[in-house]
Amino acid sequence: MMEYDPVFFSRTLTGLTLAFHILYATIGVGIPLMIAIAQWIGIKKNDEHYILLARRWTRGFVITVAVGVVTGTAIGLQLSLLWPNFMELAGHVISLPLFLETFAFFFEAIFLGIYLYTWDRFENQKKHMLLLIPVAIGASFSAFFITMVNAFMNTPQGFDLVNGALVNVDPIAAMFNPATPTKVAHVLTTAYMTSAFVLASIAAFHLFKGRDHIYHKKSLYLMMKVGLIFSIATVIVGDFSGKFLAEYQPEKLAAAEWHFETEEGAPLMMFGWLDENGEVQGAIKIPYALSILAHSDPFAEVKGLNEFPEDELPPLIVHYFFDLMVTIGMWLTFISAFYWLAVKRKWKVIKNKLFNFILVLSGPLAFIAIEMGWFYAEFGRQPWILRGFMKTPEGATSAAYVDTMLWLFVGLYIVLGTGSIIVLIRMFKKNPVERELEDHAIERGER
Amino acid sequence: MDLAIIGVSVLWLFLFGYIIIASIDFGAGFFSAYSEIANTKHVLHHIIQRYLSPVWEVTNVFLVFFFVGMVGFFPSAAFYYGTVLLVPVSISIVLLAIRGSYYAFQTYGAKDSKFYVLLYGVAGLLIPASLSIVLTISEGGFVEMVGENPVLLYKELFFSPLTWSIVILSVVSVLYISATFLTAYADVAEDFKAREILRKYSLAWSGPTILSAGLIIWQLRQHNELHFANIMDIWWVFALSGVFFAITVLFLWRRKYYSLAFWSLIIQFGLAFFGYGVSHYPYLLYPYLTIYDGFTNDAMAQALIIAFIAGFALLVPSILLLARLFLFNRTYVKGEEQRRY
Ligand code: HDD
Ligand code: HEM
Ligand code: HEM
Repeated sequence: MMEYDPVFFSRTLTGLTLAFHILYATIGVGIPLMIAIAQWIGIKKNDEHYILLARRWTRGFVITVAVGVVTGTAIGLQLSLLWPNFMELAGHVISLPLFLETFAFFFEAIFLGIYLYTWDRFENQKKHMLLLIPVAIGASFSAFFITMVNAFMNTPQGFDLVNGALVNVDPIAAMFNPATPTKVAHVLTTAYMTSAFVLASIAAFHLFKGRDHIYHKKSLYLMMKVGLIFSIATVIVGDFSGKFLAEYQPEKLAAAEWHFETEEGAPLMMFGWLDENGEVQGAIKIPYALSILAHSDPFAEVKGLNEFPEDELPPLIVHYFFDLMVTIGMWLTFISAFYWLAVKRKWKVIKNKLFNFILVLSGPLAFIAIEMGWFYAEFGRQPWILRGFMKTPEGATSAAYVDTMLWLFVGLYIVLGTGSIIVLIRMFKKNPVERELEDHAIERGER
Repeated sequence: MDLAIIGVSVLWLFLFGYIIIASIDFGAGFFSAYSEIANTKHVLHHIIQRYLSPVWEVTNVFLVFFFVGMVGFFPSAAFYYGTVLLVPVSISIVLLAIRGSYYAFQTYGAKDSKFYVLLYGVAGLLIPASLSIVLTISEGGFVEMVGENPVLLYKELFFSPLTWSIVILSVVSVLYISATFLTAYADVAEDFKAREILRKYSLAWSGPTILSAGLIIWQLRQHNELHFANIMDIWWVFALSGVFFAITVLFLWRRKYYSLAFWSLIIQFGLAFFGYGVSHYPYLLYPYLTIYDGFTNDAMAQALIIAFIAGFALLVPSILLLARLFLFNRTYVKGEEQRRY
């Protein structure tokens, strides 16, 4: 029998809840923007297909929001339940953005409620669309604030620790710590990017199944274009994130690159494995690339892991998380650019079934990249929960039954995950696009 | 006034807001489920759905606001309560999650399933029961310090009559608050059949509510003398609360002024709730933690209060808009307007 270790179970449960919440939260941040884009184009072009897109996405969105809200409530409470020592310390310094986040939710929740129930209340569609703006702003701001909290865990500032007591607390300095700009920007661009690819995947799926309606083509084209824009933004901001790490958390970057010795003109290692001697084998080596990522200079020096105390090194597995994220980012940029060109140039490949299947994969890939990115960011911070101030085991609860709670929540997430998928599928199967378009036409005829 | 008192008052106010809105929501879910069994579904279902649909997510935010604010203003409370509440609050989270998500799943997506409706209804009563444990624990006697760490005494908690009186009060007042609100709502909607049924529920749950409230005060006398003495010092607040209770019941009984009856109920609960809070002062967790040793630093407290005022200025107009569109809009309430989304 393994001995009961509340730290291990707290970490597992936190990781599990966040990994689950983030899937719904990412969509929650991005989809309102996509709905607004579709509705806006629909109004401008007076094209009912786009309006219908906005309507159908909204309906699906309600389901994912519900799961986002309940899992978010879970993680919000679990932070105190599982990390009471950490929250007592952090609460003194970083609770301001957490508090502001609840206002962002509030704002979003209220206007989403209004938006949902007023599709037909306004003569003027534009007025109805205006309601989406607070929804989108609220959702993006909630990501903005929560990511600040996470940034603070990586580069804490805004307080002094004198004999174990916190003095000179400055909540604003804590919010705008060095990690905030790149982290917030990366989280937002990836959320928009992921939402666009998820919606593109759905359209591609219909085309793959041979449902050749122009509605799906419009949807695919629009979302691929938006996805392309945000994936380029993501790669650029990701590059800035690398530079941020090189300066403020060099051990995290070094661990991601299996970069052991400090050197100039450092190469980038993709994938591969470590042999018994700790040498990197079978990796794709891109000369000078790591120096470029870290300092925009092929000959710059990049700090290696050997410069850090052994007990403060992050786990080396983060290498794979980082590589997967970057590979997926590059791939999605490439495939959406290719698709866009293919449509412009009228290449036949866009009708190809296999090609459509590849497009179907974009959404799931983007989700994997999100998970990998967070796993990298969080495992890469270990062994610290508050870098330089508190190690993870010191922050954890001492309570009994954390293991039992872990199983309870595993069960809950299985139920919520399958429940939301089944409901979404049933919702759209029951009411296919073609039928809905017809219904609308009849309605208009009668009026 | 000092910052700690402002902080705790803001949180208490939001907790009160949550208790009222959530009670309406939980009770409505229960009545909706009960109407499946009692064969009154055709009468009640419609009115309940109209109210619930646009506001369910807003309800949850009140709760989030409360516990996030707690961590902000009283970080030490996060430590004490976080450590001891792992099991009870985890159970509440699961219930909240099941209820919240299945409400959305069912309303917007899936077919009507009796099983979900029942699950939904029952979860609505179990949530207040499990959350109310926090109030019981705050009275002291259920937490022991082992070294630096607080530990919850599960057995004492389970076998304490105080626990069960608070659980009973939370459940019956949910039903009472909800039935009274829905009576008024049905009256505005001019749905008189529904109103009659709901009025009966409301009257039926009024007695148990006041009895269980009295029971708790009596239990406190044995459990926490200091708190009991503090209650007796401001006995007039609770007496006044009783007067408003009588007014509500009188109006309902006479089939008059349904909306006023509900407002009088709010005042009744408000007085009792704030009386309870004031008499609990200064303890957050008796006898380990007061609002002063648990309080955050001044810089954070000021920042939070400024944020609160700014946020409030943004929220109040939005909430009024929501209320105007859905609660006080007769065409919507009556269901005359077409509803598609
Ligand atoms: C669709 C998702 C996605 C994609 C395609 C990428 N990322 Fe990313 N990345 C994230 C999703 C993400 C994330 C989930 O948003 C993370 C986790 C924590 C964070 O701040 O953002 C993240 C973190 C993250 C970090 C760590 C930041 C930190 O810990 O402070 C770096 C250095 C990069 N990314 C760099 C890149 C680069 C160079 C990419 C080039 C293609 C890239 N990311 C693509
Ligand atoms: C939403 C995306 C996120 C995911 C998928 C994620 C994932 C994880 C994972 C896998 C762990 C376990 C790491 C380990 O034990 O080695 C972890 C730990 C943790 N994360 Fe995150 N995280 C996310 C965002 C955040 C944010 C925004 C915060 C804070 C506001 C946060 C706070 C924590 C805390 C307190 C721990 C526990 C201590 C630790 O192990 O470092 N996480 N997270
Ligand atoms: C420690 C980490 C986190 C905590 C404590 C947390 C907390 C919460 C809470 C309490 C809710 C429910 C609010 C409500 O009742 O309406 C929620 C929902 C949400 N969270 Fe998280 N969250 C975390 C991580 C994240 C991250 C990393 C993101 C974005 C990148 C995010 C974005 C959202 C969004 C957009 C919602 C609204 C639900 C939706 O629209 O789908 N959260 N979160």
